[in-house]
Amino acid sequence: MTKRTMDNGAMDTKRKINIPWLFEMAWRDSRRNRSRLFLFISAIVFGIAALVAIYSFRYNLENDINAQAATLIGADLAVSGNQQPGPAIKPLLDSLGDKRSEERTFVSMIYFPKSNGTRLVQVKALQGGFPYYGSLETTPVEAGQSFRTGRNALVDKTLMLQFNAHVNDSIKVGNVTFLIAGILNKAPGQTGVSSGIAPVVYIPLQYLEQTGLSKKGSRIGYSFYYKYDKQVNIDKLVKNIDPRLDKADMNYETIETRKENTGRSFADLTRFLSLVGFIALLLGCVGVASAIHIYIREKIASIAIMRCLGVKASEAFLIYLIQIVGIGLVGSVAGALLGSFVQHLLPLVFKDFLPLTISTDTSWIAIGQGVILGVIISILFALLPLISIRNISPLNTLRISYEEINLVRDPFRWLVYALILLFIITFTFFQLGNWLASIFFTIAILIAFLILAFTAWLLMKVMRVIIQSSWSYLLRQGFANLYRPNNQTIILITSIGLSTAFICTLFFIQGILINQLNLSSSSSQSNMILFDIQTSQEKAVAALTRQYKLPVLQQVPIVTLRLEKINGKTAADFKKDTTLKFSRHVFSNEYRVTYRDTLSATEKVINGEWVGKAEPGKEIPVSIEDGFSKRNHINIGDHLVFNVQGLSMPAIVSSVRQVNWNKIQTNFQVVFPKGVLEDAPQFHVLLTHVPSAKASSGYQQAVVRQFPNISIIDLGQVLNVIDDLLDKISYIIRFMSAFSIITGVVVLIASVRISKYQRIQESVLLRTLGASRKQIFAITALEYLFLGALSALTGIVIAVSGTWLLTKFSFEIPFAINLLPAIALFFIIALLTVIIGLLNSRGVLNKPPLEILRTNAV
Amino acid sequence: MEAILNISNLSKTYQSAGRTLTVLDNINFSVAAGSTNAIVGPSGSGKTTLLGLCAGLDSSTTGIVELNNINLGKLSEDQRAQVRNQYIGFIFQNFQLLPTLTALENVMVPLELRGEKNIKARSLELLDKVGLSDRGHHYPAQLSGGEQQRVSLARAFSNSPRILFADEPTGNLDAETSEKVVKLIFDLNKEAGTTLVLVTHDLELAAKTQRILRIKGGKLIADDKTDNG
Repeated sequence: MTKRTMDNGAMDTKRKINIPWLFEMAWRDSRRNRSRLFLFISAIVFGIAALVAIYSFRYNLENDINAQAATLIGADLAVSGNQQPGPAIKPLLDSLGDKRSEERTFVSMIYFPKSNGTRLVQVKALQGGFPYYGSLETTPVEAGQSFRTGRNALVDKTLMLQFNAHVNDSIKVGNVTFLIAGILNKAPGQTGVSSGIAPVVYIPLQYLEQTGLSKKGSRIGYSFYYKYDKQVNIDKLVKNIDPRLDKADMNYETIETRKENTGRSFADLTRFLSLVGFIALLLGCVGVASAIHIYIREKIASIAIMRCLGVKASEAFLIYLIQIVGIGLVGSVAGALLGSFVQHLLPLVFKDFLPLTISTDTSWIAIGQGVILGVIISILFALLPLISIRNISPLNTLRISYEEINLVRDPFRWLVYALILLFIITFTFFQLGNWLASIFFTIAILIAFLILAFTAWLLMKVMRVIIQSSWSYLLRQGFANLYRPNNQTIILITSIGLSTAFICTLFFIQGILINQLNLSSSSSQSNMILFDIQTSQEKAVAALTRQYKLPVLQQVPIVTLRLEKINGKTAADFKKDTTLKFSRHVFSNEYRVTYRDTLSATEKVINGEWVGKAEPGKEIPVSIEDGFSKRNHINIGDHLVFNVQGLSMPAIVSSVRQVNWNKIQTNFQVVFPKGVLEDAPQFHVLLTHVPSAKASSGYQQAVVRQFPNISIIDLGQVLNVIDDLLDKISYIIRFMSAFSIITGVVVLIASVRISKYQRIQESVLLRTLGASRKQIFAITALEYLFLGALSALTGIVIAVSGTWLLTKFSFEIPFAINLLPAIALFFIIALLTVIIGLLNSRGVLNKPPLEILRTNAV
Repeated sequence: MEAILNISNLSKTYQSAGRTLTVLDNINFSVAAGSTNAIVGPSGSGKTTLLGLCAGLDSSTTGIVELNNINLGKLSEDQRAQVRNQYIGFIFQNFQLLPTLTALENVMVPLELRGEKNIKARSLELLDKVGLSDRGHHYPAQLSGGEQQRVSLARAFSNSPRILFADEPTGNLDAETSEKVVKLIFDLNKEAGTTLVLVTHDLELAAKTQRILRIKGGKLIADDKTDNG
């Protein structure tokens, strides 16, 4: 050692920060803590995995849509409309393409003679070589082409299974019996779900007329498919013909537009699922913030020593920031790898919703996004505890906790809060593309967090007051652990509560939707609807219904018309004047209206006066539905001109009705009085209630046999389909929310393990003083039982409130929840918390106190 | 001899439960460079607070602390950290070694902060001087109390400090180990020509210094030269 000379206070106070040394110190300081740090950060692994899986799926989907778009539409150009093309447009339709196909689509009943079964299906009458890209996938394979040559049909595979039908059996469509030439496995653009809801039957177009199903009143879709042999600029072509198609009320679709539309609908789905994944990530981040908070608290002594030896506040901060970035990176990479693996499962999860085959290539962009997101979010949430490092005084080397580190006064704390909020809003915006929705989402998450944090805070306050000295020691100690220093009450209640709220809301909403449908099928309500009844068949169908001892609950005429003018202004006027408010479809929609002289039980007049009979020579007094009135800004006294099959009918709005759309019966946006539409082309609808599946089957067969043009909606069958659909949707949501649940469990394990480190000295001391294993076990179990139960209960209360809000404002259906899954969830979560708590504490319970003291004597 | 530490009108008060608590009250003294000094007093007398203020670990309520002609009151916390790194060495009652660093790394930290060269060799040399050359790769938890304090000593001298502050350096050691450590402190101090300020209630230890400052109730009540002075 050398003696130094005094330099009279000359000192360079601007020492440069030595970055490599900071990295070295971060590495050294993390020794013996790395497994703990990884446990903290593992909370974000599953959130990142969920997002990377969804992102990878999204990128692969985009690529696959681009590659397979032609097979989704099956042609270069498709033109469609709801009316038979008139002479003005027909020459154009006949001139397009080098190859042409024509298709008529409508719903109709079909009859399986062998099994005596009937079913409402989507009939597609096809002529030509469609599809030009891809194929009608059938069994046998050649049936996809050969069925067109004779009186043959292709029948959807679900129908074949349902009616135990085989190839070469027959089906009756309208008046014609067809031979089943093949089983339809897949058609262009078709998904598992769409074929489940409306199974398809293909027949050759040349037999449509003979079926008798193409009469007026039937709702038939007309489609024309074109294929160009040479390279043609389709975009330019459709731009030219669009005005003419528009005039003829026809739409077009090209490979490009189908690509965009399919891409858009799946983008919406993947965005929604990304948000579900993001919730898991946020949940994990709360866990990370809490764990790092405790980690830093344990590091106060080390930080104070470093400060004593001359480490600057910013250097100390950076040493721990480097650790967080490092471990955040490890966690994010682990999450991204897990996500890449999970994405292989997603095509299986979504299989019923996908119209195309999805590849599962590793998406490096998705992995990159996940890793960057993981690092950013771990830093953001760790910043809260990290900024307190700047305030740790070197004086702590002399007296630990000499001064409480007061974070509230630190202005940076508020900056970090602001950054976190900004990040959540921005990230959500990238998923939703709507700032307002993003802000609402953030506020909703924030409120849930605040409610849970407040509950935890309240619990601690209440516990302080209510614990009585007369209680047994175990009870006092167990409950006091909820508020004593180093407690995990806030973090555990927040993380467990949020997971519970999320899962429980899913259960509630699913239950309410199913229940809503089941209510509609109760005995007093109609559960079978017959439509497309011609005027000449009206009485006979009613008689047949009664003959089967079924009630005719409602029988209403329906007239199809369009709106021509509103207060003297046509669609063209509205297009020119952008200040006029109206719904985009008000003129293009086809309205199905009825006429009657009384109100039905499900409606009431809320404005104006109901007029049941029209007076000759005067404007026709019509009643409009409340929603229709609001959407189109049409009110009492407004003048409307309707077009009924080419005939103009001036009308005046005489009343506005409120309609309960939830009841299964015919409801109408516009109701005419009696004395106007009686002679207009019309069809009728009959509503009845069938008591059983057997009665339903017999009645349906009789109707289809006698009146092949009539279509029947069997609500029981619809319910099964919807039930099945909801099951499939909820399976996807449950799959995604599993990430939240796993994150919740990881946060729970991490939090419990942290509290183990915190409590270890105390438990050892208790054991040294003679507490038995059983007593410490009881104290621990009580603490976690109470935490788990309260968290689950708060989560359920949030779920109930959230469900109420959703049913009232989003679904607009009555709020009635089934508490059974909630009760089950309550017990499962409370039990799980206790089990995890005890499993993590078993180290303290099973080992001799001295051994634990030694191993933790760092 | 020139003073390395000047304390003028130094007071420290705390606000506690709405009351003002005076821990140090108008303290004045100077410490000559190269001298050895002891601050003694009963528990709660304010001696540790005084040490903290002298070493720039805390800031005073009123008064001036001038170390090596630098007015610590005018420096920010980061600047004071740099003063500590350049001019001050510390020895604590509870050793205060970084638990995740080896003995050698603990000694190296002050030198690394200064960006000096040949750090490892110099640190090993210091460890050798305290008799722990073969324990450099051990973590504090793997060392006995006496060994930890010796590592702490090596670290304190690693930056060739102008002044060494020791807070009850033998408070956690048995008599035999204490004796060895005290000998090391004084030997190394003598060799490096460092000023020593130690806080203790062990009068036997205090008597080994050249000067004893007695403090009671936050006031300096006596300033005596010892036989060594």
